[in-house]
Amino acid sequence: MNRRGTALLEVSDLKVQFAPRGSGLWSDKKGVVRAVDGVSLTLQRGETLGLVGESGCGKSTLGRAILGLVGAASGSVWFDGHEITAMSNREMRRIRPRIQLVFQDAGAALNPRWCARDLVAEPFKIHLSLEGAVLQQRVDAIFETVGLDPALGKRFPRELSGGQRQRVGIARALASEPDLLVCDEPTSALDLSIQAQIVNLLQDLQDQLGLSYLFIAHDLGVVRQISDRVAVMYLGKIVETASRDRIFKEGRHPYTQALLSAVPVADPEHANTRGWKAMTGEVPSPSSPPLGCNFCTRCGSKAEVENRLNIDCDMIEPELISVEELHEVSCHLFPAN
Amino acid sequence: MHAVNGVDFDVARGESLAIVGESGSGKTVAAMALVGLVPSPPARIRGERAVLNGLNLLALDERKLSEIRGSRIGFVFQDPLSALNPVLTIGRQISEVIERHLNIKGGEAKRRAVDWLVRVGIADSQGVADSFPHQLSGGMRQRAMIAMGLAGEPELLIADEPTTALDVTVQAQIVDLMLQLRDDLGMALVWISHDLGVVAGLADRVAVMYAGRIVESGSVQDLYGRPAHPYTRGLISSVPDLRTERLSRLATIPGGTPDPMALPPGCAYFPRCGISERECDARVPVMARISSSHWIACTPAANGIVAAEGQGDE
Repeated sequence: MNRRGTALLEVSDLKVQFAPRGSGLWSDKKGVVRAVDGVSLTLQRGETLGLVGESGCGKSTLGRAILGLVGAASGSVWFDGHEITAMSNREMRRIRPRIQLVFQDAGAALNPRWCARDLVAEPFKIHLSLEGAVLQQRVDAIFETVGLDPALGKRFPRELSGGQRQRVGIARALASEPDLLVCDEPTSALDLSIQAQIVNLLQDLQDQLGLSYLFIAHDLGVVRQISDRVAVMYLGKIVETASRDRIFKEGRHPYTQALLSAVPVADPEHANTRGWKAMTGEVPSPSSPPLGCNFCTRCGSKAEVENRLNIDCDMIEPELISVEELHEVSCHLFPAN
Repeated sequence: MHAVNGVDFDVARGESLAIVGESGSGKTVAAMALVGLVPSPPARIRGERAVLNGLNLLALDERKLSEIRGSRIGFVFQDPLSALNPVLTIGRQISEVIERHLNIKGGEAKRRAVDWLVRVGIADSQGVADSFPHQLSGGMRQRAMIAMGLAGEPELLIADEPTTALDVTVQAQIVDLMLQLRDDLGMALVWISHDLGVVAGLADRVAVMYAGRIVESGSVQDLYGRPAHPYTRGLISSVPDLRTERLSRLATIPGGTPDPMALPPGCAYFPRCGISERECDARVPVMARISSSHWIACTPAANGIVAAEGQGDE
């Protein structure tokens, strides 16, 4: 099975679909929901790929598909030379310790009846079959790694603060010595002063342990802080991907630009002169996306494409193509170089 | 337990005041207590007064208060699902506000309800007006809630984290709408938020709350340009800034927010503070004026500023 190149993670043309609910009394019979609709991406070892997009764009579903938690309709996910999308449950169990998930709401992901120490010890028991003194030693060590006071070990999740709970969640994810962490909005439920602590912790852990991150978030400030590369997702598709600096300085897709210009800046002088591009219209339903470009219902550049290039965005779908080295955009305005 | 302790603020017609703080700082309770929306008991509310245009709200009985809520004071709550009526359509709920408070009836009220949905950026406004809350997405419900808060054309709008659940592009639209209404109708706005970015864009004045007290207040320029309280300084420097050329490690505030049941005897920020002095642990600092529009509750910082100004005068 070891046929792919050096990338730790390779996703190609992945589609995840959810069937419409059955014919229940209240079902509104619509088509299949295309949550992830043909996504390809790669993640190198030690790299952080930021995945940004608005709610409902499919970024969390993509994360879950990579973990094998939701099935793929088509396409493939390769992890370190193994095809996750073709694995049996037994094989999946062998690979699972190497890919772990950090949740947005650590509180909901932790068993409320277990104390912090037991919560952190559990994955050591399951994945590494540790027990006794060795187990205690490892638990102590990981408490220190994630910056948790060992005195908190006896506390239950509800007795911990949001930041402490997230540290417990990260400690659990690290216990099986993973290569890849899928972080799904790990800081968005946290207070500002705590959010910065967790971002710094994740960066330190990456330096110490050589981890790779798929960092899913809607907060562009945090994504910029932590990512090496960024992929922008809209309605199930990646519309632009580039290095962090290129996305934030020279993001080209009209959606990327709208997203960037809408980010509020914590500076009143700047705020009064900002000129964000107001977007009108709604995000189409992922069960009936437009025939052409998914963004055409809200795009400010649609008229330009139609007048100057004579391309009908409503009907013709742009492909994600390389406009510069390592910079891909899917918009008719930017043809291949 | 004191969820809110000795809070003073005022907001003028056509002005926007932001109350900023982290979770548990008491910012929501402070605003809700004003208009009798904190159930009592268990809460006990003691205050000298809460005055709306000359009318002391804390002295009114429930019936009079409920007349004022919705007409003269509008609300946008954080959680639309618990604030919207599940068995009435969105359009009906908004037109009810219009009928009750503006004395506009029937078709005209319905038409206006749809208009408000357009103004909060909903493209399919008629469809949303005919929907029940559970049929809408979270972002859509939140916008319907905002439309309902505005539909009575209140003198004062209290908005509690109104855009926190929304995507940034929709948030920008809502902030613009609120500012336009503030200017057009002379509406006063109290905006409760933890998002320093949004607040910078819409507030005239800002009050920062920590553990139930206001620790710093001033014009938006004072707060962002010359933050004086160590907590405000810490908060502002821990926001990732998209404009910086070089990325450096994020600044953090050590520790976490204190348990409101077990506040330290002196300044609540003392355990996390980098500039504390010995007395800080013993006495709660009082608000001190450090410029014409700028107040802080921090003894060492206020003394430092006074001393620096003294030197400047010589």
